[in-house]
Amino acid sequence: MRHLLPRPWLSLTVFVLWVLITNAASLGLLLLGGLLAIVVPRWTQAFWSNPPRLVRPWQALRFLGVFALDIVTANWRVARQVIGPLHRLSPAFVEVPLDLRDPFIATLLGSIVSLTPGTVAIDVDRQRWVMLVHALDAPDPQALITEIKLRYEMPLREIFAC
Amino acid sequence: MSPLSESVIAFLIVLGALFVLLGSIGLARLPDFLTRLHGPTKATTLGVGAMLLASAIFFTSDGHGGISLHELAILFFLFITAPVTAHLLAKAALHRQQAGVAGAGDTPDAGAETADSGT
Repeated sequence: MRHLLPRPWLSLTVFVLWVLITNAASLGLLLLGGLLAIVVPRWTQAFWSNPPRLVRPWQALRFLGVFALDIVTANWRVARQVIGPLHRLSPAFVEVPLDLRDPFIATLLGSIVSLTPGTVAIDVDRQRWVMLVHALDAPDPQALITEIKLRYEMPLREIFAC
Repeated sequence: MSPLSESVIAFLIVLGALFVLLGSIGLARLPDFLTRLHGPTKATTLGVGAMLLASAIFFTSDGHGGISLHELAILFFLFITAPVTAHLLAKAALHRQQAGVAGAGDTPDAGAETADSGT
Protein backbone atom coordinates (compact mmCIF):
# COMPACT_ATOMS: atom_id res chain seq x y z
CA MET A 1 0.00 0.00 0.00
CA ARG A 2 2.79 2.36 0.94
CA HIS A 3 4.49 1.53 -2.31
CA LEU A 4 1.42 2.02 -4.46
CA LEU A 5 0.34 5.27 -2.78
CA PRO A 6 3.39 7.12 -1.51
CA ARG A 7 1.22 10.09 -0.50
CA PRO A 8 -2.20 8.87 0.58
CA TRP A 9 -3.55 12.35 1.38
CA LEU A 10 -2.49 13.74 -1.96
CA SER A 11 -4.08 10.75 -3.68
CA LEU A 12 -7.29 11.32 -1.76
CA THR A 13 -7.27 15.02 -2.66
CA VAL A 14 -6.76 14.25 -6.36
CA PHE A 15 -9.58 11.72 -6.28
CA VAL A 16 -12.02 13.99 -4.47
CA LEU A 17 -11.20 16.89 -6.80
CA TRP A 18 -11.76 14.63 -9.79
CA VAL A 19 -15.16 13.63 -8.47
CA LEU A 20 -16.02 17.28 -7.85
CA ILE A 21 -14.93 18.39 -11.32
CA THR A 22 -16.71 15.66 -13.24
CA ASN A 23 -19.73 16.21 -10.97
CA ALA A 24 -21.09 12.79 -11.85
CA ALA A 25 -20.37 9.32 -10.72
CA SER A 26 -20.36 6.94 -13.63
CA LEU A 27 -18.16 3.91 -13.07
CA GLY A 28 -15.79 4.84 -15.90
CA LEU A 29 -15.15 8.30 -14.46
CA LEU A 30 -14.58 6.89 -10.99
CA LEU A 31 -12.06 4.39 -12.36
CA LEU A 32 -10.27 7.13 -14.27
CA GLY A 33 -10.20 9.19 -11.05
CA GLY A 34 -8.70 6.25 -9.20
CA LEU A 35 -6.04 5.90 -11.86
CA LEU A 36 -5.19 9.60 -11.63
CA ALA A 37 -5.03 9.37 -7.84
CA ILE A 38 -2.34 6.70 -8.20
CA VAL A 39 -0.42 8.21 -11.09
CA VAL A 40 -0.36 11.95 -10.29
CA PRO A 41 1.37 11.67 -6.87
CA ARG A 42 4.00 9.37 -8.35
CA TRP A 43 4.77 11.72 -11.22
CA THR A 44 4.96 14.76 -8.98
CA GLN A 45 6.90 13.00 -6.24
CA ALA A 46 10.12 14.86 -7.03
CA PHE A 47 8.52 18.26 -6.46
CA TRP A 48 7.18 17.62 -2.98
CA SER A 49 9.04 18.56 0.12
CA ASN A 50 8.14 16.58 3.19
CA PRO A 51 5.48 18.58 4.98
CA PRO A 52 5.27 18.17 8.75
CA ARG A 53 2.42 16.04 10.03
CA LEU A 54 -0.94 17.54 10.80
CA VAL A 55 -1.21 16.87 14.52
CA ARG A 56 -4.29 18.88 15.46
CA PRO A 57 -6.98 18.41 12.80
CA TRP A 58 -9.75 19.97 14.91
CA GLN A 59 -7.75 23.08 15.50
CA ALA A 60 -7.08 23.16 11.76
CA LEU A 61 -10.84 23.28 11.13
CA ARG A 62 -11.25 26.09 13.62
CA PHE A 63 -8.38 27.91 12.00
CA LEU A 64 -10.10 27.60 8.60
CA GLY A 65 -13.19 29.18 10.12
CA VAL A 66 -11.20 32.09 11.55
CA PHE A 67 -9.47 32.48 8.20
CA ALA A 68 -12.79 32.60 6.29
CA LEU A 69 -14.11 35.23 8.68
CA ASP A 70 -10.91 37.25 8.33
CA ILE A 71 -11.27 37.25 4.55
CA VAL A 72 -14.75 38.75 4.87
CA THR A 73 -13.81 41.44 7.39
CA ALA A 74 -10.58 42.35 5.58
CA ASN A 75 -12.49 42.57 2.30
CA TRP A 76 -14.85 45.01 3.88
CA ARG A 77 -12.02 47.11 5.26
CA VAL A 78 -10.10 47.22 1.99
CA ALA A 79 -13.28 47.97 0.02
CA ARG A 80 -13.83 51.04 2.16
CA GLN A 81 -10.20 52.11 1.80
CA VAL A 82 -10.34 51.77 -1.98
CA ILE A 83 -13.34 54.04 -2.44
CA GLY A 84 -12.23 56.44 0.29
CA PRO A 85 -9.57 59.14 0.03
CA LEU A 86 -6.37 57.46 -1.14
CA HIS A 87 -3.92 59.90 0.41
CA ARG A 88 -4.86 58.62 3.84
CA LEU A 89 -3.42 55.21 3.04
CA SER A 90 0.11 54.44 4.07
CA PRO A 91 1.35 51.50 2.02
CA ALA A 92 4.43 49.87 3.48
CA PHE A 93 6.85 47.01 3.19
CA VAL A 94 6.93 45.08 6.42
CA GLU A 95 9.44 42.44 7.40
CA VAL A 96 7.87 39.76 9.55
CA PRO A 97 10.40 37.66 11.45
CA LEU A 98 9.25 34.05 11.44
CA ASP A 99 9.54 31.47 14.18
CA LEU A 100 8.65 28.56 11.94
CA ARG A 101 11.38 26.78 10.04
CA ASP A 102 9.55 24.73 7.46
CA PRO A 103 9.35 25.72 3.79
CA PHE A 104 5.94 24.11 3.30
CA ILE A 105 4.34 25.86 6.26
CA ALA A 106 6.03 29.11 5.27
CA THR A 107 4.37 28.77 1.85
CA LEU A 108 1.06 28.12 3.54
CA LEU A 109 1.48 31.19 5.74
CA GLY A 110 2.45 33.28 2.71
CA SER A 111 -0.65 32.14 0.83
CA ILE A 112 -2.87 32.95 3.79
CA VAL A 113 -1.35 36.42 4.10
CA SER A 114 -1.83 37.01 0.37
CA LEU A 115 -5.43 35.81 0.38
CA THR A 116 -6.51 38.12 3.16
CA PRO A 117 -6.99 41.43 1.37
CA GLY A 118 -4.70 44.29 2.26
CA THR A 119 -1.53 42.25 2.51
CA VAL A 120 0.56 40.39 -0.07
CA ALA A 121 3.44 38.13 0.87
CA ILE A 122 6.31 38.85 -1.48
CA ASP A 123 9.22 36.80 -0.33
CA VAL A 124 10.41 34.44 2.38
CA ASP A 125 14.09 34.71 3.06
CA ARG A 126 15.15 31.23 4.07
CA GLN A 127 18.51 32.32 5.41
CA ARG A 128 17.12 34.71 7.97
CA TRP A 129 13.53 33.33 8.03
CA VAL A 130 11.95 36.68 7.42
CA MET A 131 8.82 37.15 5.36
CA LEU A 132 8.55 40.32 3.30
CA VAL A 133 4.97 41.56 3.22
CA HIS A 134 3.51 44.49 1.34
CA ALA A 135 0.55 46.11 3.08
CA LEU A 136 -1.93 48.48 1.51
CA ASP A 137 -2.39 50.40 4.71
CA ALA A 138 -0.02 49.88 7.60
CA PRO A 139 0.39 53.03 9.67
CA ASP A 140 1.81 50.85 12.44
CA PRO A 141 4.03 48.08 11.00
CA GLN A 142 4.65 46.56 14.41
CA ALA A 143 0.93 45.98 14.90
CA LEU A 144 0.74 44.20 11.55
CA ILE A 145 3.69 41.98 12.47
CA THR A 146 2.09 41.04 15.77
CA GLU A 147 -1.24 40.38 14.08
CA ILE A 148 0.26 38.04 11.46
CA LYS A 149 2.30 36.20 14.06
CA LEU A 150 -0.47 35.77 16.62
CA ARG A 151 -3.35 35.19 14.23
CA TYR A 152 -1.76 32.94 11.63
CA GLU A 153 1.73 31.80 12.45
CA MET A 154 1.13 30.57 15.99
CA PRO A 155 -1.93 28.47 15.13
CA LEU A 156 -0.13 27.03 12.10
CA ARG A 157 2.81 26.04 14.26
CA GLU A 158 0.51 24.39 16.76
CA ILE A 159 -1.48 22.59 14.08
CA PHE A 160 1.56 21.19 12.33
CA ALA A 161 3.88 20.94 15.35
CA CYS A 162 6.82 22.69 13.80
CA MET B 1 -37.33 27.16 -6.67
CA SER B 2 -38.38 28.50 -3.32
CA PRO B 3 -38.41 32.26 -2.73
CA LEU B 4 -35.92 31.77 0.07
CA SER B 5 -33.21 30.12 -2.00
CA GLU B 6 -33.92 32.55 -4.80
CA SER B 7 -33.30 35.55 -2.59
CA VAL B 8 -30.19 33.98 -1.10
CA ILE B 9 -28.84 33.38 -4.62
CA ALA B 10 -29.69 36.92 -5.70
CA PHE B 11 -28.01 38.34 -2.62
CA LEU B 12 -24.85 36.32 -3.18
CA ILE B 13 -24.60 37.27 -6.87
CA VAL B 14 -25.02 40.96 -6.14
CA LEU B 15 -22.53 40.77 -3.28
CA GLY B 16 -20.01 38.98 -5.48
CA ALA B 17 -20.45 41.44 -8.33
CA LEU B 18 -20.09 44.33 -5.92
CA PHE B 19 -16.77 43.08 -4.60
CA VAL B 20 -15.42 42.34 -8.07
CA LEU B 21 -16.41 45.89 -9.03
CA LEU B 22 -14.67 47.27 -5.95
CA GLY B 23 -11.57 45.26 -6.84
CA SER B 24 -11.57 46.81 -10.30
CA ILE B 25 -12.08 50.29 -8.88
CA GLY B 26 -9.08 49.65 -6.66
CA LEU B 27 -7.07 48.56 -9.68
CA ALA B 28 -7.98 51.76 -11.49
CA ARG B 29 -7.61 54.22 -8.63
CA LEU B 30 -4.61 53.09 -6.64
CA PRO B 31 -1.39 54.92 -7.50
CA ASP B 32 1.32 52.31 -8.05
CA PHE B 33 1.90 48.73 -9.03
CA LEU B 34 2.24 47.17 -5.60
CA THR B 35 -0.82 48.83 -4.13
CA ARG B 36 -2.80 47.91 -7.24
CA LEU B 37 -1.96 44.31 -6.59
CA HIS B 38 -4.31 44.42 -3.60
CA GLY B 39 -7.38 45.00 -5.76
CA PRO B 40 -7.45 41.72 -7.69
CA THR B 41 -6.59 39.57 -4.67
CA LYS B 42 -9.69 40.88 -3.00
CA ALA B 43 -11.93 40.36 -6.00
CA THR B 44 -10.97 36.72 -6.31
CA THR B 45 -11.46 35.79 -2.70
CA LEU B 46 -14.80 37.19 -1.66
CA GLY B 47 -16.30 38.27 -4.98
CA VAL B 48 -15.78 35.10 -6.94
CA GLY B 49 -16.37 33.06 -3.80
CA ALA B 50 -19.85 34.52 -3.34
CA MET B 51 -20.74 33.99 -7.00
CA LEU B 52 -19.57 30.39 -6.94
CA LEU B 53 -21.60 29.76 -3.82
CA ALA B 54 -24.65 31.19 -5.56
CA SER B 55 -24.01 28.92 -8.53
CA ALA B 56 -23.70 25.88 -6.29
CA ILE B 57 -27.00 26.66 -4.56
CA PHE B 58 -28.78 27.36 -7.85
CA PHE B 59 -27.78 24.15 -9.57
CA THR B 60 -28.38 22.10 -6.45
CA SER B 61 -31.81 23.41 -5.54
CA ASP B 62 -33.70 23.30 -8.81
CA GLY B 63 -34.01 19.81 -10.20
CA HIS B 64 -30.85 20.03 -12.27
CA GLY B 65 -30.01 16.52 -11.24
CA GLY B 66 -28.28 16.04 -7.91
CA ILE B 67 -25.91 18.29 -6.04
CA SER B 68 -23.54 20.53 -7.90
CA LEU B 69 -20.08 20.69 -6.41
CA HIS B 70 -17.94 21.88 -9.33
CA GLU B 71 -17.84 25.22 -7.66
CA LEU B 72 -15.97 23.94 -4.64
CA ALA B 73 -13.24 22.67 -6.95
CA ILE B 74 -13.06 26.05 -8.73
CA LEU B 75 -12.84 27.81 -5.39
CA PHE B 76 -10.10 25.46 -4.26
CA PHE B 77 -8.01 25.99 -7.39
CA LEU B 78 -8.54 29.73 -7.20
CA PHE B 79 -7.41 29.84 -3.59
CA ILE B 80 -4.23 27.92 -4.23
CA THR B 81 -3.30 29.79 -7.42
CA ALA B 82 -4.20 33.40 -6.55
CA PRO B 83 -1.40 33.82 -3.96
CA VAL B 84 1.12 32.39 -6.43
CA THR B 85 0.12 34.96 -9.05
CA ALA B 86 0.29 37.79 -6.54
CA HIS B 87 3.64 36.54 -5.28
CA LEU B 88 5.19 36.33 -8.76
CA LEU B 89 3.82 39.72 -9.84
CA ALA B 90 5.13 41.37 -6.68
CA LYS B 91 8.51 39.73 -7.07
CA ALA B 92 8.81 40.77 -10.69
CA ALA B 93 7.90 44.31 -9.70
CA LEU B 94 10.61 44.36 -7.05
CA HIS B 95 13.22 43.10 -9.46
CA ARG B 96 12.37 45.84 -11.92
CA GLN B 97 12.38 48.74 -9.50
CA GLN B 98 14.84 48.01 -6.78
CA ALA B 99 15.49 51.61 -5.90
CA GLY B 100 13.70 52.67 -2.75
CA VAL B 101 12.94 49.19 -1.58
CA ALA B 102 14.44 48.60 1.82
CA GLY B 103 14.96 45.18 3.22
CA ALA B 104 14.09 42.90 0.31
CA GLY B 105 16.08 39.87 1.27
CA ASP B 106 17.59 38.98 -2.08
CA THR B 107 18.25 42.32 -3.70
CA PRO B 108 22.07 42.15 -3.97
CA ASP B 109 22.08 39.48 -6.66
CA ALA B 110 18.96 40.71 -8.38
CA GLY B 111 20.86 43.08 -10.65
CA ALA B 112 22.24 40.19 -12.67
CA GLU B 113 18.78 38.98 -13.55
CA THR B 114 17.39 42.32 -14.69
CA ALA B 115 19.94 42.49 -17.49
CA ASP B 116 17.75 40.14 -19.54
CA SER B 117 20.00 39.74 -22.57
CA GLY B 118 17.64 37.36 -24.24
CA THR B 119 19.84 36.19 -27.08
